[in-house]
Amino acid sequence: MILAFIEGERNPISPLCLQALTFARELAAGQGMPLEAVAFEREAGDLPGVLQRHGVSRIHRVEHPRLDDYAPEAWAKALAQLMDRARPQFVLAAATDRGNEILARVAAVKNLPMAANCIGWAPGSPPVVVRQRWGGSLLEEAALHAVPPLLTVAPHAVEVREIETQMEASLETFSPVLEEKDFRVRVVAREETHPEGVSLRTASVVVGGGRGVGSADGFRVLEELASLLGAAVGGSRVATNNGWRTHAQQIGLTGNRIAPDLYIACGISGAIQHYVGCKGSKNILVINQDREAPFFRRATHGVVGDLHEVLPALIEEIRRIKT
Amino acid sequence: MNVLVCVKRVPDPGARIELAAGDQAIETRKLGFTIGPHEECAVEEAVRLIEKLGGSATVLTLGPADAEEQLRDSMAVGADRGILLETEGDDWDPAQTAAAIVAAIRAAERQGSRFDLFLFGNESADAGGFQVGIRVAQALDLPCITGVKRLEAQANKVLARREIATGWEVYEVGLPALLTVREGLNSPRHPSFRSLMAARKKPIERSRPERDPVGLELLRLRLPPDRGTSAEMLGEGKAAVPRVIEVLKELGVLQA
Ligand SMILES: Cc1cc2nc3c(=O)[nH]c(=O)nc-3n(C[C@H](O)[C@H](O)[C@H](O)COP(=O)(O)OP(=O)(O)OC[C@H]3O[C@@H](n4cnc5c(N)ncnc54)[C@H](O)[C@@H]3O)c2cc1C
Repeated sequence: MILAFIEGERNPISPLCLQALTFARELAAGQGMPLEAVAFEREAGDLPGVLQRHGVSRIHRVEHPRLDDYAPEAWAKALAQLMDRARPQFVLAAATDRGNEILARVAAVKNLPMAANCIGWAPGSPPVVVRQRWGGSLLEEAALHAVPPLLTVAPHAVEVREIETQMEASLETFSPVLEEKDFRVRVVAREETHPEGVSLRTASVVVGGGRGVGSADGFRVLEELASLLGAAVGGSRVATNNGWRTHAQQIGLTGNRIAPDLYIACGISGAIQHYVGCKGSKNILVINQDREAPFFRRATHGVVGDLHEVLPALIEEIRRIKT
Repeated sequence: MNVLVCVKRVPDPGARIELAAGDQAIETRKLGFTIGPHEECAVEEAVRLIEKLGGSATVLTLGPADAEEQLRDSMAVGADRGILLETEGDDWDPAQTAAAIVAAIRAAERQGSRFDLFLFGNESADAGGFQVGIRVAQALDLPCITGVKRLEAQANKVLARREIATGWEVYEVGLPALLTVREGLNSPRHPSFRSLMAARKKPIERSRPERDPVGLELLRLRLPPDRGTSAEMLGEGKAAVPRVIEVLKELGVLQA
């Protein structure tokens, strides 16, 4: 049996979790094993309906009076207990903050190997996975020497697919045995933020700036262009390290992953740690004065030139068209 | 407050990764080395905490003898001493790494060290396993909060915030505790010439760690298929603007 950890973040199942389910189902089919799922959250909408369409034959719903909000140690202990009872051959989750954390904890509790950000697998004994290093700039084939191995599935490793002929999924309640101490780490409060302007992660156009922008002031032309295009503004790590932008606006390995229709990258060289944050963009327009800048080799469109000349001229032309 | 920070030496590959012969590692002969941004923030946070609350900051790394450079860098921004768990420089899996760190912490404690706070990066920049800190916390029975991007510490407890899509999750735990942190927690300082010189004299304790059997075994590295686009060049300088406008229209970004 293959067990998938379902994560809702209080909404009905996130897209990344559905991708992980598709990955888990293909693994299950390849191994000739049934797919089962474990869910902690109560408000997860029509869970059986959704999971059934993804080939899940049994759902373990974890019930405990104290499991009302996220408590990683308690969740991991509950999952470890369920594994003792249900004896899965693999355990999978989406490679989200929570998926990675819970599987790493279970791995630590049960002394099992865990492979984060997998994009593929090969059957055999021991099983082999393909996983991402460097945010996906490098791939690793790794063997997993224990049963059950724990895998998290990298975002966009597979496309979500539902199954054609679905069967009824049975719903079972699992009641873990937990103590007070298991709740020493838990969410004690939540704070909502309401970011102003267009959000980087969901924007359809992003204007990004790097060292070539030169200063915090230099970003004004980028902001102006962004406001004309309804775009969000981001930056490279050089821009955030210099305080020209906040870290929340950083694009890259240790910042945001963006996937707009168009990313306009100004004065950014295209280091891999930056590129992994924007490689999901449909189009990348690079503006750089160095025609040898590596970013041109990964862009769809390029302009060789000083951004402080090109952008003001572009802004003027867009204004002229708009009026 | 005594803080232990764990960091990892990684290459800075710039714009292209190349593999070394044998496909077991990145070709690093022409590369510089660093610690990841998450860990830079961990070191900075440790230094700020001891500046505020007193105590000492120790920085630990498992890696080749050359990883001394990363310990010195960390001491140049304020860590007091270093621990180097010296390997041959080959890949240790996350469980092996964690076990060696746990053994080193126990050894330090046997010699009278007491740590109140353990700081790790949320994930390493290269291997990105997302688990070494959590495994160490489990072995030492420490409460562990991951992905911390805001921290308020007092002498006996910490309040930590982790960013999620809709805002922040707030956690509070008593000390001792282990936190894995993310870039954005603070803005790390740059070392001065004087602090770089001073760091050369700070103590480093070296040992050769025991290695557990491998659980996640690296077989082979390979490069992902390149997207292989070659950019359509739209022109140079201001003269490119008319073509840029056309492209913006084609992509539907500007109304035609
Ligand atoms: C572990 C690790 C994690 C990292 N994570 C991230 C991350 O999340 N995000 C990130 O961005 N980086 C990250 N980095 C840093 C990354 O390696 C690069 O150092 C960084 O992306 C470079 O930023 P840049 O392109 O702005 O600067 P540079 O590489 O200095 O490039 C500046 C470019 O601007 C051009 N330029 C200069 N002036 C002008 C002008 N007037 N007009 C037009 N072009 C001009 C230059 O030709 C050059 O190509 C990370 C590094 C490490 C080691």
